[in-house]
Amino acid sequence: MREQLPALIVVVPLLAALASPFIAYFSKTLVRWLSIAAISVALISSIGSLVHALTQGTWHYHFGNWAPPWGIEYVIDPLGGAMAVLISFVSLVVAIYSGPFLKEDTWLKKGIFYSLYTLLTTGLLGMVVTGDVFNFYVFLEISSLTGYALIAAGGHRATVAAFRYLLIGTIGASFYLLGIGYLYAITGSLNMADLVEKLPPLIDSPVVLLAIVMFVVGLGTKMALFPLHGWQPDAYTYSHPAATAFIAGVMAKVPAYAVLRFFFFIIGSAAAPVKAALEVMGWLAAVGIIAGSIMAIAQKDFRRMLAYSSVAQIGYIVVGFAVGNTLGLIGAILHIINHAIMKSCLFLVAGGVKWRTGEHTIEKYAQLCRKMPLTMGAFLIAALSMVGLPPTAGFFSKWYLVLGALEANMWPYVVIIIISSLLNAIYFFRVIENIYLKKASEPSEEVKGSLELPLQMLVPIVVLGLGILVIGIFNEQIVSQVLLYALPGGGN
Amino acid sequence: MAPEILLDYRPLWAVLISLVAAVLILITGERPNLRESWTILAAFGKVAIVFSMLPLVLSGQVLEIAPIHVAKGISLQLRVDTAGMLFAALASALWVVTSFYSIGYMRGHHEKNQTGYFAAFAVCLSATMGIAFAANLLTFFVFYEILTIATYPLVIHARNDEAIKSGRKYLAYTLIAGQLFLIGIVWTYLIVGNGDFQAGGFLSLNHASVGALQTIFVLMIIGTAVKAGVMPLHGWLPAAMVAPTPVSALLHAVAVVKAGAFGILRVIGYVFGPELLSQIGVATVLAWVAAFTIIVSSLIAMKQDNLKRRLAFSTVGQLSYVVLGVSLLTPLGFLGGMYHIIAHAFMKITLFFCAGAINVTTHETEISRMKGIGKRMPITMAAFTIASFGIAGFPFIVGFISKWNLALGALQAGKGLYVAVLIGSAMLSTAYLVPVGYMAFFKTSDKFTKFGEASNMMLIPIIITATLSLVLGVLPNFGANFYDLAVMSAQSIVKSIQLVGGGW
Repeated sequence: MREQLPALIVVVPLLAALASPFIAYFSKTLVRWLSIAAISVALISSIGSLVHALTQGTWHYHFGNWAPPWGIEYVIDPLGGAMAVLISFVSLVVAIYSGPFLKEDTWLKKGIFYSLYTLLTTGLLGMVVTGDVFNFYVFLEISSLTGYALIAAGGHRATVAAFRYLLIGTIGASFYLLGIGYLYAITGSLNMADLVEKLPPLIDSPVVLLAIVMFVVGLGTKMALFPLHGWQPDAYTYSHPAATAFIAGVMAKVPAYAVLRFFFFIIGSAAAPVKAALEVMGWLAAVGIIAGSIMAIAQKDFRRMLAYSSVAQIGYIVVGFAVGNTLGLIGAILHIINHAIMKSCLFLVAGGVKWRTGEHTIEKYAQLCRKMPLTMGAFLIAALSMVGLPPTAGFFSKWYLVLGALEANMWPYVVIIIISSLLNAIYFFRVIENIYLKKASEPSEEVKGSLELPLQMLVPIVVLGLGILVIGIFNEQIVSQVLLYALPGGGN
Repeated sequence: MAPEILLDYRPLWAVLISLVAAVLILITGERPNLRESWTILAAFGKVAIVFSMLPLVLSGQVLEIAPIHVAKGISLQLRVDTAGMLFAALASALWVVTSFYSIGYMRGHHEKNQTGYFAAFAVCLSATMGIAFAANLLTFFVFYEILTIATYPLVIHARNDEAIKSGRKYLAYTLIAGQLFLIGIVWTYLIVGNGDFQAGGFLSLNHASVGALQTIFVLMIIGTAVKAGVMPLHGWLPAAMVAPTPVSALLHAVAVVKAGAFGILRVIGYVFGPELLSQIGVATVLAWVAAFTIIVSSLIAMKQDNLKRRLAFSTVGQLSYVVLGVSLLTPLGFLGGMYHIIAHAFMKITLFFCAGAINVTTHETEISRMKGIGKRMPITMAAFTIASFGIAGFPFIVGFISKWNLALGALQAGKGLYVAVLIGSAMLSTAYLVPVGYMAFFKTSDKFTKFGEASNMMLIPIIITATLSLVLGVLPNFGANFYDLAVMSAQSIVKSIQLVGGGW
């Protein structure tokens, strides 16, 4: 069994997804536990694979014993393994949280929801463990299609958002497909390891250049890199509240991972076209950081504010890529992890408030500190982390990013990151003021003795909130024991 | 003379004890007596831990602990050296006094949100200990930012529009400055490879160009000077006076603002070092800014009728004494500056305690309406008058000792003009503080007939701090050997046993 771990990461959630609607027909409670169990297996397998990759080197798993480059190969290196752990962990937390939202639904709705949800998890996990660029595309489409459906499940305004995302997202994915098409045309291979060997002599070919441009546009669209982010605020705001935290926290991070994989591992960042592409992306990200933050300040809806803030935060990650040195990449990867946890936590809080009070505008958050003290405590930690104040996780990704940018003498990025921290402070402290300082307009009925939220919702929120502190305090261990090996060159 | 380094967990406990207390306070918020007992226990526990390390530090040893890493290659390192001990002993000792006073004040005033208040207060003290004991720049910064955030709930305590406005102002000043500080720190780590504080400084001209070093200095000084209220970065401090008086007393006269002043000391004495600074020349600019602040803030203070605002501007001026002292770069300047951290703390906390006592018993905040109040609250006003004379620098009160050394330090630097600034400021502070006592005792008004002294919970702390101001004025080493600690720090910074003789 142990040698099959990489396959289990993907296969178990996939089977659970297929079985979900049928199980739901027989038992509405069982279906949720099935998803949770399947994702737990994926999480354990991911952890096992990551440990294996860290202790015994990169794990090459040949699907069906077909040897690459013809067969599909799963490759678990520390980077892919860490991403898989992150994805399955957030997925598990959100799956536990989702219960109360679906209590009233029919078996069909519930079955389909969990089917889509586990399928989305499968898609995202598949993207980070596969060693085949076309297989990556297949999983990208799986995650995109289920993503559209989960967003559309949020209600009637969500259908428009989902349709818009469907159009833009499909175009983005097609660009990616064209990109790998060009690579295949010139090298005759779809296997990542094979491409690494075959590409260097061809690097100056216009075909490769074209492929790189396609990747920038395609993956840029999927990760909502400014100015390709148009689909994202609506999608995050209106999607199904039980799944938003997972979608917003993790879905855009995987294309960011793909950028790292393609530009630093497969093609190599020393190549001139990649350098140029990273520079362009870096500047777009820099503009996006400022624009996203300013748009976030202008929002009245809490979820929409968080969505715009994501546009800015993706920018941090891309800036780390653009800086490109060891410290910059550490910052970028750490920020992928940190931001996934912070943003999921914030969207869980948003969902919890909506569940409890039915409100989602910031001004209606007044005096929530009395009704939901623990939830708001988690919010406070996540908000401080978004601003980047020590000892929360957000500070440390910023620390490495600024250190890297200074080392590379890229002062504009330093200035952008610092300004962005302050803009973050503006919009998060506005919410904090509402929660703790504003008087509630109507006297709220005090429900003594009852919990602020059902335990299934409260525990995930608190776990992620504390997780932010834990990652912050133990960031050094994460960096030197995992992330250093996840860099191109394996930490040398 | 390399100090002996001991591995010791006590600095960590000193930081953590009030953090644990903060959690307990939040949990037991429904039961005020139990809640307050955590504060008192933590305060006594902290002072015991800190003072148990004092003999070791005085004998020339350094206690050190590095429990975890803060970031790759950088430990979260706590080190108890003489300067850190000085600040920690001061803050922890005054926390005990302030804790009792706080309870008296908050209950006397029937304040709301007391749980949050006491919890935030405890976190502030944790952060202050961390700042005092931080052994490198990043550790310092982590605690510095925790202090920024933990103070915020105290500033907005009143939860009204004015408090919200002051809170915003406070955050704007401190967060922006914090980010600039961060750039300076990152840059230092990049050019040196580490940021461990070292008496006499660890930067040198080999590390970077003069221009780069000057920029780093400016960034770091902006970061720290905001908390120290150096003009023109002082705007938040008078606004923050909307906080309850014990906050103004301990945090806005001792812990938070002194963390800024202490930060400047660390930057000048332990990062750059007097020798390098005399070569790159930026400390002179800082000295001028401090001198300007001393005079102008005193002038502004004279115009304030609100007692707490007048004290706030007085604080702004007095903090710049510390800044001036260390930026003179002379041995006695360092000594005077460091001792002024102590001296000003005892005097100003007394003044704020008195202001709070007056406010709780009579609900008066304006000076012009305090005529004759001395007849009704003789002990409070006597303490107030003693502290006023101390601020003005009268002999036999603690303020005199630091000012004397500061003046000598200025002469060591060959800059007699600063002595004139000190004398001018002394006269100005006489002009803005002593009349308050005069009005209280020698003017009469029939308004104050039915009030007596404040409750013992508030009165005793006032008596203690006022007495200590007097005792330390005669025996500057009383209690915690503050003077020796300041002397030892100054010696280590200038790397010489002799503190006399010219500076750089």
